[in-house]
Amino acid sequence: MISPDNLTFVDDAELLVRLQGGDRDAFTQLVTRYQDPLVRLARYYVASEASAQDVAQETWIAVLRGLERFEGRSSFKTWLFHIAANRARTKGVREHRSIPVDLGSDQSLLAGRFNQGGMWSDPPVPFSDSVDDALDNAPIVALVHQSIARLPDVARAVVTLRDVQGLSTGEVASLLTLSEANVRVILHRARSRIRSEVEAQMRGGEA
Amino acid sequence: MRLLSRSLVCQQAVQLMNDYVDGTLSRRQRRRLEAHLADCDACTAYLEQLRVTIRASAVVSVDDIDPAVLESLVELFERYQEDT
Repeated sequence: MISPDNLTFVDDAELLVRLQGGDRDAFTQLVTRYQDPLVRLARYYVASEASAQDVAQETWIAVLRGLERFEGRSSFKTWLFHIAANRARTKGVREHRSIPVDLGSDQSLLAGRFNQGGMWSDPPVPFSDSVDDALDNAPIVALVHQSIARLPDVARAVVTLRDVQGLSTGEVASLLTLSEANVRVILHRARSRIRSEVEAQMRGGEA
Repeated sequence: MRLLSRSLVCQQAVQLMNDYVDGTLSRRQRRRLEAHLADCDACTAYLEQLRVTIRASAVVSVDDIDPAVLESLVELFERYQEDT
């Protein structure tokens, strides 16, 4: 049994150097770090979870084959995601997957929370005393990630690449073949939905 | 255009917050939102919830990879190493 060793954070560049030297542990750490976002990215293009897992596996094989040629002009993460997006896109076309990008309106998330004048009638309360306190609060972080996992494929891919992985709006747009304006709209709605779900859970927890 | 010359109500302020946290609001819109936030605890709370949501998204746990998937990929790595 192989268990992920995440006790100390080693950056991608160092892991890459070690991987180029044939270090198995470096490969394990990179897989542990990126398998889930790779599958989520692939899932945006392909029709099933199994196909997305296949794309992720093909991506790792392509990484191993391309290691010698990787010159570091982009970050490892960018290189990895571009390999996955290209493979998933090809596979997605073969599977004739259509990509719905309409998440619908997010107005309904706040339905009933404002009065007719547009002022809060049911105002939000902070999740905690400060943002830092909230980030130290494991249940809040878990709720956020559970909510991301429940998002539709398109929104989940956008949030995973933008907010979880920290890519720029432009990079996300390029990987998902969307306009930057479209990425911003999807991100806005997805974040609103996550916030709303976490708030509902927190309120429920207090009741 | 008439709306631009008036102060925001909460429902409008909420619609601007995503672009505000990403720094993509126009200067004029940013000023209007900040003027509203200075007087509105509820919208300030909403903004903080949104910030928590975004920052918590970046807190990643790597403990939940399927061990079988990890094991099969590491086997693939070992086969690749043997072949090269």
